Amino acid sequence: MTQTGTRFPAMLANLNTLLSRYGESMMWLARYMERIENLARILEVTEAFVRNPDGSPGWESILQINSDEERYAALYTLPATEENILAFYITESTNPTSIRAMAHMARENARSARPLISTEMWMQLNIFTQSMLELSTPDIRRDGLSGLCNRIKQDCQTHFGVTEGTLYRDQAWLFYLLGKYLERSDQITRLIDIRYRTLLPDGEISGSQMDLTQWGSVLRSAAAYHAFRRLQPVTTTPANVVGFLLKNEGFPRSLMLNLRQVESTLNALSTHYNLRHQCGPLQERIINLRATLEDQTAEDIISRGLHEYMTYIQDELAALQAEVSVTFWPLTPVMTQQTAVSPQ
Amino acid sequence: MNKPVLQSPDPSLSSVSTLPPLKAAAGIFAAYDTPDFFCELMRRTEDMPPLLRTVRDRLAGFDLSELRHRTSTAETQLYRLGITFTVYSDREAIDRILPFDMIPRVLTAPEWEHIDRGVQQRVRALNLFLRDIYHERHVLRDGIIPASLVLGNPNYCEAMVGVRVPGDVYVHINGTDLIRDSSGRFMVLEDNARTPSGVSYVIENRHMMLRLMPDLASGMPLRSVEEYGLKLHQTLCEVAPEGVTDPQVVLFSPGIYNSAYFEHVFLAREMGVPLVEGRDLIVENHRVYMRTVAGLRPVHSIYRRLNDEYLDPLAFNPDSMLGVPGLVEAYRRGNVTLANALGTGVADDKAVYAYVPRLIRYYLSEDPILDSVQTHICAEPEGLAYTLANMDKLVIKPVGASGGYGLLIGSQATQTELDEFRAKLLEDPSNYISQPIIDLSVSPTLCPSGVEARHVDLRPFALTGKNTWVLPGGLSRVALRKGSLVVNSSQGGGSKDTWVMAR
Repeated sequence: MTQTGTRFPAMLANLNTLLSRYGESMMWLARYMERIENLARILEVTEAFVRNPDGSPGWESILQINSDEERYAALYTLPATEENILAFYITESTNPTSIRAMAHMARENARSARPLISTEMWMQLNIFTQSMLELSTPDIRRDGLSGLCNRIKQDCQTHFGVTEGTLYRDQAWLFYLLGKYLERSDQITRLIDIRYRTLLPDGEISGSQMDLTQWGSVLRSAAAYHAFRRLQPVTTTPANVVGFLLKNEGFPRSLMLNLRQVESTLNALSTHYNLRHQCGPLQERIINLRATLEDQTAEDIISRGLHEYMTYIQDELAALQAEVSVTFWPLTPVMTQQTAVSPQ
Repeated sequence: MNKPVLQSPDPSLSSVSTLPPLKAAAGIFAAYDTPDFFCELMRRTEDMPPLLRTVRDRLAGFDLSELRHRTSTAETQLYRLGITFTVYSDREAIDRILPFDMIPRVLTAPEWEHIDRGVQQRVRALNLFLRDIYHERHVLRDGIIPASLVLGNPNYCEAMVGVRVPGDVYVHINGTDLIRDSSGRFMVLEDNARTPSGVSYVIENRHMMLRLMPDLASGMPLRSVEEYGLKLHQTLCEVAPEGVTDPQVVLFSPGIYNSAYFEHVFLAREMGVPLVEGRDLIVENHRVYMRTVAGLRPVHSIYRRLNDEYLDPLAFNPDSMLGVPGLVEAYRRGNVTLANALGTGVADDKAVYAYVPRLIRYYLSEDPILDSVQTHICAEPEGLAYTLANMDKLVIKPVGASGGYGLLIGSQATQTELDEFRAKLLEDPSNYISQPIIDLSVSPTLCPSGVEARHVDLRPFALTGKNTWVLPGGLSRVALRKGSLVVNSSQGGGSKDTWVMAR
C-alpha cells in the first residue's frame, strides 16, 4: 500500500508503541506454530521408528512427553491405541494439545495481531490453520499419517520462512522470536527426558545393549539425525545423543543454542527499545540457567539425574514465561514516571 | 498504465432523458433487459457516454464461463486473504465473504462532481446542526425542527451539552447512502454519521478488480481509491486535542468477535496505527493511555468503531465489557478526541432526515445539491394519516433500526403482512417514517442464469478534519436476489467495484 506522501511522524518518533496484547499474541503465535511442527514430527517418527518392547509403535510415550496421560484417560481408555492417539492429537478439539486445537489458538493469536503481521504471513496462516480445522478422521488413516505430518511440518516451516522474509523487524518480531526459542527449549527437554526414561529405565549409561534404531528415532524426533551423524560418525552412545541435543552449539534445536537465542533476544529488546529496566531480571535468569548447562557435561547431567535436571529446566522456562507476562503485559498496568509527568 | 483509449467531452447529467431503453448489446448482454429502471451501465438513452460504451463493449466480449471462472477465483482469494466477516459459534469460527460481482458500477466525471459537492454540503450542514443543538440551539428556537424530535431522540446525548470539540467537527467519518430513481436522479436515502462501515470493501474491491479484470480496466481513467488510509490518519491528527503536536492515533475496535473486525484491521494498517481494544486502554487523571510493553503511552485521537453506549461503562451501559471506564469524562475535558463525536446519532436519525433539506437552507443559505426522498413522519398526525391511507405504495421503516431490518415494502407485502404492520404502526407511530417506493436503479450483475439487472445503491465516504474530502466512488451494494430492493449484506447483498471516471 502507499507509503509515500507526508505522514505525521508519530510512529517514527515513538518507538515504544507495541501494545502489550500484540507482544503476547506474537509470542504465542510462534509457540503454537513451533509446537505444531514438533508434534507432527513426533507423530511421524513414532509411527515409523519408536517401538514398545513387543515391537508395536510406542504411542504412549507421546502422552508422557506432553504430560497428557490424565487428559487422555478422561476421553479414552488406556492402554493407548493408535486410532485413539491419532484422534486425540490431531482432530480432538477438546484436547488443547491436539493439532486442531493448537491451530485454532495460532489462528486466533494471528487474528489478534493481524494489524501487525504481513499480509503474506496472514494469508499463509489463514489457509494452513483453516485446513487444520477442517481435518477429519479419513485424512489421518494410517497410510496417510506420514504424508499428513510431512504436509503439516512443511506448512509450519513455510510459516517460519514467510515470517522471516516479510515481518517488519521491531519489538513484535523480537517477542515472536522469544516465543519460538522458549518453545524449542521446552520441547527438547521434554523429548530427551521421556525417551531416555523409556529406553533406559534403569538409568544405565553403558552403550553395550544400545538399540541404534531407537536412539536414532530420538534424534529424528528432533530433526537431528543427520546433523548428529556428521559430528559423531563412529560412536553412538546415550550420553553422546543427550549431549548433542542439550549442548551442541550449532544444532538449531539444541537447548544450548536456544537458551543463547533467548538471551540475545532479550538483549536486543533491552538495548534497541530502551527496555533495560524490564529486561534486567529476565536476562539474569536466563544467564544463570545457561550457566548450569555450560558447567556440566552430558555424563555429569545423566549421573546426577537427567530427569531432575530436565524438570528443573522446564520449571525455569515456565518461570521465565510467567515473568515475561508480568513484565510486559501485566494485568494491572504500572504508571511509569515518564507517563505520569508527561501528558503528551 | 496505458493511456485511455477513448476521450470525449463530458456528457452532462442533463443528457439523461427518458427515451426508451437502449437496444441491448450482444454477447453476455444479449438477454439483458431493464424494463422500468435506470441502468447504471446502459442508461436509457442513445447518448451513451463513450467510456461507458467502451466498458459495455469490452464486457460484452467476455463469455459467461470466463466470468464465472474469475468470480470463483475472486471468492477463493477473498477467503485466503481473510477479507471476511466471522460468525462465531461455541467452538468454531466460520468465515463468510461479502459476495463480489465482477461487473463494475461506473460513474461519469460530472455525475461524481455532483455527488462530491452534494455530500460535502450535507456533511457541513450536519456538523453545524450538531454543534448548534449541543450549544445555542438556534435551530430549535427558530422552529426549523421540532425540539421534541431532537431532545427526545434516543441518540441525543446529554453528556455532549456544552462540550466543545476540536474544529467543531462532530462527524469526521460519514457515509451517505444514495440511490437513483428511474430517471437517473441521485437521491439521499439516509445518512450514516455514527460508525459507517464498508470502506475497506471499496479499496479491496478495486484491488480484486485490477487483479482479475485487468483486460476490462486497462486504459480506463479511473479515480484512485488508495489515499483513504492516509487521509483518514491526517484527519484524525488534525482534530487531536489542542496543543498536541505529535498525536498518537489509535483505532478502537470491539475486537476479533466483531463482524467488521477485518475492516478495523484494514484501516489500522492503512493508517499505520495500533488497533486497540477496551482492555488495551486505561484512563488515569482523565487522560487516556494504552498499555504497551514499555508501560503506559498517551493516546490523543481515537477512531472508535463502537457505538456510544459501549464506550464507557461509567458513562453509559454499565454492563459493557468492551469499553473503557472514564473515557467519556476524559473526552469531555478535551484530553482526547473521539471520532466520530458522541451523540452524532441524532443527525442521522431517519425522522431528522426529513428535515435535512431545511437544515441545509437554514445553516448554509444554499439549496440542497442532492435531493432527498419525500418522507412522512408518523409521529406527526398528517404523516401517520397519509401513511395509513397509502401503505401499499410506501416503504415504512422503523426510525431506530439499521441493516434493512423491520421495514415493510408495501407493494411487495401480502394483505396479512400489511394488516400486521398496520397494528404495529398504530401501537407506536413515532417509531416509524414512510417514503414512496423508489424504483432503484439497476446494474448488470452476474447471476446464476446469466447477466441480469439487479438493484444497487451507493455509499460514498466523506472525511472531515480541517476540510471535507470525499473518497471518489464509494461502496456500491447490490441486491443479489431478483427484484429485491434490500442491498444490506445481512440480507443477501453483495458489492461491486465503483469506478469514477477522471474525465
